[in-house]
Amino acid sequence: MSTPENPEATSAAPRAASASFEKRRQRRAWLFLLPTLVVVAFVALYPLAETFYLSFTNARLGTGEPARFVGVQNYVDLAQDSYFHDAVLLTVFFTVVTVLSELTLGLGVALVVNSQFKGRSAVRAAMLIPWAIPTVISAQMWKWMYNDVYGVFNDLLVNRLGVLERNIAFVADPDVSFWAVAVIDIWKTTPFMALLLLAGLQLIPSDLYEAARVDGATALQQFTRITLPLLKPSMLVALIFRTLDALRVFDVFFVMFGNRPDMQTMATYAQQTLVSISNIGYGSAISVALFLIIAVFIMIYLAVFRTEEA
Amino acid sequence: MKGSSRDSGGRRSPGQGALRALFYLLVAAVVGFTVFPFVWAFVSSIKPDDELFTTPVRYWPGRATLDNYRLVLENGEFQTALMNSVIVAVSVTAVSLAIGSLAAYALGRFRFRGRSAVLYIVLAMTIFPQIAVLGALFEMINFFNLYNQLPALILTYLIFTLPFTVWVLTGFLKAIPREIEEAAYVDGATPWQVFTRIMLPLSVPGMATTGILAFIAAWNEFLFALSFTQTPDKRTVTYAIQAFSTTTSGLYEIPWGQTMAASIVVTVPLVVLTLVFQRRILAGLTAGAVKG
Repeated sequence: MSTPENPEATSAAPRAASASFEKRRQRRAWLFLLPTLVVVAFVALYPLAETFYLSFTNARLGTGEPARFVGVQNYVDLAQDSYFHDAVLLTVFFTVVTVLSELTLGLGVALVVNSQFKGRSAVRAAMLIPWAIPTVISAQMWKWMYNDVYGVFNDLLVNRLGVLERNIAFVADPDVSFWAVAVIDIWKTTPFMALLLLAGLQLIPSDLYEAARVDGATALQQFTRITLPLLKPSMLVALIFRTLDALRVFDVFFVMFGNRPDMQTMATYAQQTLVSISNIGYGSAISVALFLIIAVFIMIYLAVFRTEEA
Repeated sequence: MKGSSRDSGGRRSPGQGALRALFYLLVAAVVGFTVFPFVWAFVSSIKPDDELFTTPVRYWPGRATLDNYRLVLENGEFQTALMNSVIVAVSVTAVSLAIGSLAAYALGRFRFRGRSAVLYIVLAMTIFPQIAVLGALFEMINFFNLYNQLPALILTYLIFTLPFTVWVLTGFLKAIPREIEEAAYVDGATPWQVFTRIMLPLSVPGMATTGILAFIAAWNEFLFALSFTQTPDKRTVTYAIQAFSTTTSGLYEIPWGQTMAASIVVTVPLVVLTLVFQRRILAGLTAGAVKG
């Protein structure tokens, strides 16, 4: 805050009046902000700092012993924890697979829905539904469809289409379970991605396409020279948001696999360590690691964005 | 794709007709893929158990029944969970809107030092991984004896509803013309009066949008509910349905019919909300994403 009580500034009366008016307005603004700032400090800033601190302690709930500072011991343990390594690999692989699929498929769907046809707004409304449903619930619906004996997918593939010889245990079979969960995420998020990209598509002025057609540009040229470059900002924003969501994926893995050791993401591993085992210190170190990995992804995206702009 | 729309007035050649058919087939595939899990959940929910657990799978129930719905709705734990979810989601939405609109008023209509810093903190919070604060929040909740209490959820859910509310409402309030506000000040109104008599009424559409999004986000939350509550009387629906499907019932390991019925019960209000407010929701989401 500057010092508005400066006597030199009060030489002209109207100016003084407006200066004190401004001062009062400033104070009002902070007053209006106060409740939000208190909440933000209480549920976000303090807990974040506290998580960093706890990751350097051996804090445990329910032992009654005070937490002791253990330096980087938790991080040393993390470096040797093969469950943690698997969780990082699984999470990053899941993120790459789902985000790339969602971006490609979402772009395709956005292009389809962007053209004029009967029932377009109904289609768009239908596309919002998977996004609006709790992931826990849609994962249950998929788990039932994946059922190894009575599931509709096994029935379609084995009995109706004859593509497969034998039923697949989509959820239990370690060779298939990753793809089973990736499909659920792609199902849930592709329509949403398409709607975000659709908003970007509609910002592209249609006379650009008119002019290109007059100049004899083919549909493919119009797509690569006009649509893609102009859609880049929307794509990047969608990409960042989706990547962050995928890296912290929890619900769908928890519902499908529970505590199955080969199917832990960083978030499920952290949650299990923090809550089920009450090992707050170690769990916090996992959380911090996840936080840092997310930060690295954001920096990569921003660097790419900047070099693209330059 | 863009060009095909303009030819719809005139007569079509057979080639165009085929292209058009292919296009609708594509649209149908997209919609089919999107809604099939819901259709299947519904079909499963109205099957009696002997038709549900049979092979080959029956694609339409021979004897449709509402038994699964009756069982679910008579289930005391499920009723409690529904009630808990309503309490939590409504409270979170109300608190977010109340304090978020005040903050948005300050950020959207006042110029003051530190304004952009506050905006950046709010924006950073929208991309915050909840798991990053789980440990500290868990400790804090235990410290304040809020473990296994609904207020623990109401308080912590603000971490994802409040930033979004502030961000979207700030944009909304900023767009209100200056003249309206100035006229009120000339008439001697205080900032509080300007807020309650002018800004609030004018921002009703923005409040509706952010309110719906906050409600859906709170209704769908699972991680905090799973971590901060324990006993069945404090569970929200997401936790209850998850716990429900891991219990055993009679012959079959998981009561899939009831699980599907419960899923449909929880889903229907959201689908109605989404269909009624689809324009607002889309506007809110894209405002959040494009400006973000």
